[in-house]
Order: sequence, then structure tokens, then C-alpha cells
Amino acid sequence: MDKKQKMQQLRVFAAEIRLETLKVIASRGFGHVGGSMSMADAMAVLYGEIMNVDPKNPRWEDRDWFVLSKGHGGPVMYATLGLKGYYPMERAYTLNQPGTDFPSHTDRMKTIGVDLTTGSLGQGMSEAVGAALGNKTQGRNNHVFVAVGDGECDEGQIWEAAQFAAHYKLDNLICLVDDNKRQLDGAVADVMGHGKGIGAKFDAFGWNVINIEDGNDVEQIYDAIQAAYQVKGQPTCLILNTTKGKGATFAEPSGAHSSQPTQEQWDEAIAASEAALAAIRAQK
Amino acid sequence: MSYTLIGKHEKDSRANRDGYVSAMLELMEQDKSIVHIDCDLMGCINTGKLLKAFPEQTFNAGIAEQNAMGVAAGMAATGLKAFIHSFGCFASRRAFDQAFLSAGYSQLPVHVIGSDPGVTAAFNGATHMPFEDCALYMTVPNAIVIDSCDYAQTYALTKQLAKQPGLSYMRLIRKGFTTVYADGSEFEIGKGVTLRDGTDVTIVASGILVDEALKAEEQLAAKGISARVIDMHTWKPLDEELILKAACETGAIVTAENHQVSCGLGSAVANVLTEKCLVPQERIGIQNQFGQVGPQDFLMEQYHLLAADIVAAAEKAIARKH
Ligand SMILES: Cc1ncc(C[n+]2csc(CCOP(=O)(O)OP(=O)(O)O)c2C)c(N)n1
Repeated sequence: MDKKQKMQQLRVFAAEIRLETLKVIASRGFGHVGGSMSMADAMAVLYGEIMNVDPKNPRWEDRDWFVLSKGHGGPVMYATLGLKGYYPMERAYTLNQPGTDFPSHTDRMKTIGVDLTTGSLGQGMSEAVGAALGNKTQGRNNHVFVAVGDGECDEGQIWEAAQFAAHYKLDNLICLVDDNKRQLDGAVADVMGHGKGIGAKFDAFGWNVINIEDGNDVEQIYDAIQAAYQVKGQPTCLILNTTKGKGATFAEPSGAHSSQPTQEQWDEAIAASEAALAAIRAQK
Repeated sequence: MSYTLIGKHEKDSRANRDGYVSAMLELMEQDKSIVHIDCDLMGCINTGKLLKAFPEQTFNAGIAEQNAMGVAAGMAATGLKAFIHSFGCFASRRAFDQAFLSAGYSQLPVHVIGSDPGVTAAFNGATHMPFEDCALYMTVPNAIVIDSCDYAQTYALTKQLAKQPGLSYMRLIRKGFTTVYADGSEFEIGKGVTLRDGTDVTIVASGILVDEALKAEEQLAAKGISARVIDMHTWKPLDEELILKAACETGAIVTAENHQVSCGLGSAVANVLTEKCLVPQERIGIQNQFGQVGPQDFLMEQYHLLAADIVAAAEKAIARKH
């Protein structure tokens, strides 16, 4: 398959992830739509092309790892893993129901395919650093990917983990910053600014930093990861300039953190998402 | 202390967080040394209202609880009275060393508000469901620990906290739960409230368990058992006198809390009883378990936090009397 075909497949996968993410959250009627939808394209690239995983053997030792440190994005992970065949998709529709294996925040003791437990922001980053070091020490040739929020980068723990990863030259670690410019209380710039920028900070901490102009473009994400693979002796940070709520008609305009739209708005959003998927499929 | 009990088990039309915010709006107006620091969770407890009304006294520290706690202590050292909010799990576990040393040990007026206590974290699930937040703060010498139950109590106790010279921790139920008290009710930190008098057993409860305790009292009465009900909103300093009186007069105690029983209200009461007046005690609360996701009513059932559980515990405690 040539690259053009691959990218077309990833675009379709991203659109499928968006649609399923919406349906998973719609099954409860409310949830973290914004931070789930901004991640759909990165998830498509990781699970569609990049990561070496086996849905039938989720804890296979040599697999690539993924840690959703911004654990409130659980639904986008559940949609991705379901589409990938880790479990029947319908199971994810039990999201947040009594006794479910699909809680708001990703949990390694609950969901097949979730490598580490997150939800308390900042913690997933250190866990991923530990996984990268642990895999490396044991001579494995795999990679660990970790996704953090731009708001999450307020946490000191992110920077403690960053200094550790650079110090130990963890070139098997790739951090994706979902730079959607918004956190819970509003614009990141208003709540807690990042000085010269999150990328500049990672650079100062000794990381290889790649800025992805459109973090909702699968090809740009794919190319950046290929470039990251070439860098030895340093972890890589990818800054994905994304849109919070991307593709959710009721959430994208406001960039809302969590949403509880009306049934009508849900119907409209799901119809729009289905149409978007059909349009991308038709592109060929 | 003067209060009016409503206790009809009706849902509170107002959210408890608005009890906090209303009190803070008045406090900030009267006293310019009162500040509020939030951790990117203003949207969850409506403290955006404080920022709007008193931008010079309200700060957003972003998602950085440890730093926020240290900042609160530093501000308090300059003569300010600092209120700081995050979800209970992060306000306790995440920022605890800072709370302990920078604020508690340093004897500075830092008032920590932990929202979504215990099962009220509901859909945010296990990672956000603190059953140990009070336990941590109870280990700090001289700290005040409060589990408030409704709008009126949250409002009144917030006003009281502003007068306290050291570290305090108050749980805040975010939404409206049940109305226990009428507006204008007053409470004293460290003084429990006897809501129903009784002679066979005493139920000591706080927070969302107060209403369950009141229901349990009615169910026990129907069975011919006379239960006393105490709202023990302050866990530390604990109202020992009231507990000892209840132990002597009723001879059996049931504690009920939305928290681990091994290190919360139940254990604090047990400490008093073993030292000063040994009577049978049964503990309703979390029994060495983690949190989980789900609707609050499902969780209350799962963790046996309902009136029926209190009734069974009361009968058991009574049966154990010599
Ligand atoms: C330690 C911690 N503090 C606070 C929260 C509550 N919280 C959940 S999501 C969120 C905002 C996250 O913003 P960002 O990282 O930018 O995520 P995104 O915009 O991508 O959803 C907050 C404050 C939390 N989960 N963990």
C-alpha cells in the first residue's frame, strides 16, 4: 500500500473513531466530549498505523504502549480499542453504568487494552516514563506513547517526569501534547499561561520537540512520528495544535470541556459525524 | 447555635456549592483579607462568581494543586485568610505534604475545600472518589475537619471557618442533595447537633448520611426502637462530650459516614469510646474498598450507606448490649 492510500485509511479510521466516541458518550448523555474529540486523529494514527499491538494479546510483552495521561478522554480510547477489535464495540456503551468496565477515566484494572491507570492529571506522564525505562532496561525494542493535555501541563509532575526522561535518554518515549488551547475553566492562556510555550519548555528540558501545525491532520502526525523515530538519545515531544471538540457540532464552537447536550443536539451531532465519515470514505 | 431542622428527605433545590459561594461573596465583601484560590475547577463549583465580583481576591492556579497549596500558605503568611478549592481527592492526597507542612505545621489560616466527597463523585469514578480525604487531614495536629451536609450548613460553616487561625478541611457536596436545615441555621465548629432524641441507640452521622440517619430513626421508631440522631459535622475537634453523653444514656452507638470507617468518623468515635466509655459500636461506611464509577444512588447501595443499613447496624449494636 502506498502512503496516499495509508493516509486515506487513517482519515477514515479517525472519522470512525469520532463517530463511535460520540455514540459512546451519547449512551450516557453527558461527558468529556471536548478532550476526547480533539484526540481522534492522533488515536487513528497510533492504533491504525504506528503502534505494534495485538488486540487478541493485549498485554503482549513487546507491544508498543499507550498511556492516555489526560484520562478524562477515556471515551476516545474506548472507541479506538473497540474499533480495533479489543472487545465488541457495544460493551463500551456501558460507559459509567453500574458495574461497567468503561469508567470516565482510563483504568488498567477495568478495560482490556488500557496499559496504565490515569485520571489524576500528571500521573500518566510519570507512569509512561517508568514504562519506557522499564521496557528499555529489559532490552525491549518497543515504544511508549503518552498523551497529555495542554492544561495538564500546569502540573509540576509533568515537568518532573520530563526532566527524568531526558536525563535517562528515553528515546523510546514519545509524548503527544493535545494542544487544544483550552482547559476546564476556559482558555489556557487565561487560566495559566505557559510562558514561551509548552514546546519551548520541553526543549529546555532536553527533549526533541516537533511542532505539528495541524494536530488534527493524520498525515502531519504520521510524518512527525516517523521523524521522531530517527532521533536517538532523547525523548520526543509532539505538539499537536488541535481543536477541542473537533467534529462535535455542539462542542466544537465553544470548546466546552464537558457537555450535556439535548437529545436533539445529540442526534444532529451524530448525523453530522456520520455524514463526515461517508464523505471521507467517498474520497478514495 | 440555633438551627431549624427540616429533615423531610426532600431534594435540596440549591446546590451546596452555592452555599459556599454565597458565604464567600459576603465574606469577601466585608473582609478584604479573604482570598479564594482555585485549581481549574471554578466551573465545577461556581467560584467564577467570586472572580467576577472580587477579581483582586480570587485566583486560578491552574491544574497544579501542590503549588496552589503552597501559594495559599505563603499568602496566609502575609496576613491573608486563604480558602483553596479542588476536588476532595486532589485537595487531600495530591497536595497533602504542602498542606501538612506549609500550612498546618506553620500554623497559617488555610481553609481547604474538597468537593465531590466519597460517592458524590459518582460519574467521575474511582480516581476522583475520596474515601480517605478526611483521614489525611485528621492526622494534622490541630487541623479542623468538617463534612457538611447541605446548603444552609455549608453556608454557615464557611462563615465560621473564616474566623479560624489555622488549617482546616471542609468537604463540599457539589450538587443539591437533601435539605436537612432551614436557611439561617447556625452551627459551631466542634459541636455536634442532636437532631432526634432517643434512648436505645445513638446514630452519629455526617454529610450525606445525616438524611439517611433521620430516615433510619423513623424506621426504627416503627419497630419500637428509640434512636437518637446526632449530626457530627465536625470530625475534628470531635465533640467528645456529646458522644460520651450519648454512650452513657443510650448504651449503643452507630456511626455513619461517606468515608473509610477505619480512619474517619467511626474510628474517631471508637477512640473516644474505648478510652472513656466502652459501649457496643457498629460502623456504617466504606469497608476497605476503593471507589468506582456509577450513579450516586447505586453507589450508596453498593457501599451499604442507606437507611436500611443503619437500621440493621442499630439493631446489631443494641443486641450486643450487656
Ligand atoms: C490532578 C487533577 N486535578 C484536576 C483534575 C480535574 N480536571 C479534569 S480535566 C481538567 C482540565 C484538563 O485540561 P486539559 O489538560 O487541557 O485537557 P483537554 O482540554 O485536552 O480536555 C481538570 C482540571 C484532574 N482530573 N486531576
